[in-house]
Amino acid sequence: MDLGEINPVLLVASLMVAATPLLLAAIGELVVEKAGVLNLGVEGMMIVGAISGFATSVETGSPWLGFLAAAVGGAVLSLLFVLLTQVALANQVASGLALTLFGLGFSALLGQGYVGVKPPSMGEIHIPVISDIPVIGPILFQHDPILYVGIALTAAVWAVLKYTRAGLVLRAVGENHDAAHALGYKVIKIRIMAIMFGGACAGLGGAYISLIRVPQWTEGMTAGVGWIALALVVFASWKPWRALLGAYLFGGITVLQLNLQAAGVAIPVEYLAMSPYIITILVLVILSADKSSAPASLGRIFHASH
Amino acid sequence: MKFKSLLASAAMALGLASGAMAEDKTKVGFVYVGPVGDGGWTYEHNKGRLAVEEHFGDKVETVFVESVPEGPDAERVMTQMALEGADLIFTTSFGYMDPTINVAQKFPDVKFEHATGYKTADNVSVYSARFYEGRAVQGHIAGKMTESNIIGYIGSYPIPEVIRGINSAYIHAKKVNPDVEFKIIWAYTWFDPAKEADAASVLIEQGADVILQHTDSTAPQAAAQEAGNVITFGQASDMSEYAPMPRVSSIIDNWAPYYIARTQAVMDGSWATANTWDGIGPGMVEIGEISDAVPADIKEEALAMTAALADGSYHPFTGPLKKQDGSDWLADGETADDGTLAGMNFYVEGLEGEIPQ
Repeated sequence: MDLGEINPVLLVASLMVAATPLLLAAIGELVVEKAGVLNLGVEGMMIVGAISGFATSVETGSPWLGFLAAAVGGAVLSLLFVLLTQVALANQVASGLALTLFGLGFSALLGQGYVGVKPPSMGEIHIPVISDIPVIGPILFQHDPILYVGIALTAAVWAVLKYTRAGLVLRAVGENHDAAHALGYKVIKIRIMAIMFGGACAGLGGAYISLIRVPQWTEGMTAGVGWIALALVVFASWKPWRALLGAYLFGGITVLQLNLQAAGVAIPVEYLAMSPYIITILVLVILSADKSSAPASLGRIFHASH
Repeated sequence: MKFKSLLASAAMALGLASGAMAEDKTKVGFVYVGPVGDGGWTYEHNKGRLAVEEHFGDKVETVFVESVPEGPDAERVMTQMALEGADLIFTTSFGYMDPTINVAQKFPDVKFEHATGYKTADNVSVYSARFYEGRAVQGHIAGKMTESNIIGYIGSYPIPEVIRGINSAYIHAKKVNPDVEFKIIWAYTWFDPAKEADAASVLIEQGADVILQHTDSTAPQAAAQEAGNVITFGQASDMSEYAPMPRVSSIIDNWAPYYIARTQAVMDGSWATANTWDGIGPGMVEIGEISDAVPADIKEEALAMTAALADGSYHPFTGPLKKQDGSDWLADGETADDGTLAGMNFYVEGLEGEIPQ
């Protein structure tokens, strides 16, 4: 056992990579839930995003088009959820679960011809000078572009929700849809846009796994990240920066436990494997001890006649 | 009403036709643990299946089910295959051992062949390949080529087959490079590209410049390619799409001759329970082309070792060898017997860490 073999700089750099799919999906779902909709289909939208992005970038040779296709794919799948819950007024929990099951099966079908294929590489952004700064350089300035998109998106969602009129309206819809409706806001329209935004983010997160982190396509490769993202939103008390913290914590411990294993730490592998879940939940539960609570209309069906 | 009866008669005609055709055909089933496109383990088994089809043509019909989890689900799949009239079923992963035995008891007329296991019955044979012979060659190349003296190893499950591979690679790396150190990560999966990629990245970050894998996907190869100066070996299949770097060689499992022979035996009625464990000599294990990234002298040594393994003049587990705890295992010149190898649950001296229980 030699902990000195773990390089903290590389550890931080790779935890950011491990956390990015989770962060993207969680930020999307956070906006959806802030609008008062509970979409349990994150996993399904992620995996559909993963295969649409993968297939597109293999066919076109461009990872950028792949990510675009992934966002579109996730958003299109979320339209199914829109149809069920916003138009047909079906139960959101059941519809979301159905979306996940459908997404997993549908992506497997789409991906038939793509198993074992190599996607084109996106490469890393190498900004001269600053990316060569020791310690900070490798941590902050030597990543793929999508990782920065994730962080930028977190900041944008935070700023929009907190400081803009659009954010206020979105929150009003999520807190009390009847009041928002009475004030003349288009509740359904706003919710549809939020759901599609969530779908696009989940799609990006899925494509990050299939195009950058692995990079390969296999059935069911998101392996539960969507569910973790859902839990993360709740434990982060619907606050974007806490979601980022939770995602980095989870990603960090996932990477750290592999590092500990490789360094020969004599802790049984099973304990190491469950540690990311336990520690993330613990930290976020402690953090969420303040008074913040769920959007009041979360998961409730809205109809203008009610 | 008319439409319904039309459908019914069509279905009946179809059923009759396929029933009549199936009568003189030998039906061979394959249960796979991963997808046929994994580029590794399952891919090679599927190649064996296709070879059976090609060899026997119309006389044989093959069916397969891919990505079958190791557990109760496997039993369901095998039962279904047997009910559908399979005469011979190959179950191609270690974790199918007990399900195979269970289903075989229910279908005494169906022959079963379980890969890499050790439980046999009147209608269950086991077969495996001596992958550890290939691991010896890999260990030699790895020990010679590593500059950081750290070799990363991605293990799947701590079962004898995998532990044998680790020991064999370590013994031969150590022999040519006394400073070599193995870092082992257990992935607890045969096929999960995300996990395998993470494990490979971590090993590379901790200084490994050689990655050996006992998992089935090409994800570790992709991670090594990304990192640059890291070499890898194809596992179970050639994985030549990653040659000449990072993949410098590979262990290829060639199941086709065995599958053809066993199918023939079922056709002739001469099938009997067997325990087959073949290596480089009979051709069940092949060493993939050693790429130009390996210096010529090392390549020559590796080829010489392959030849010695093939003609039986060299055994990868030849004494003097000690176990990890320092107790004696093999005396000078003594070679390991198959029983010990089949149940191997200990590391040899020099390896660090414990085998998870």
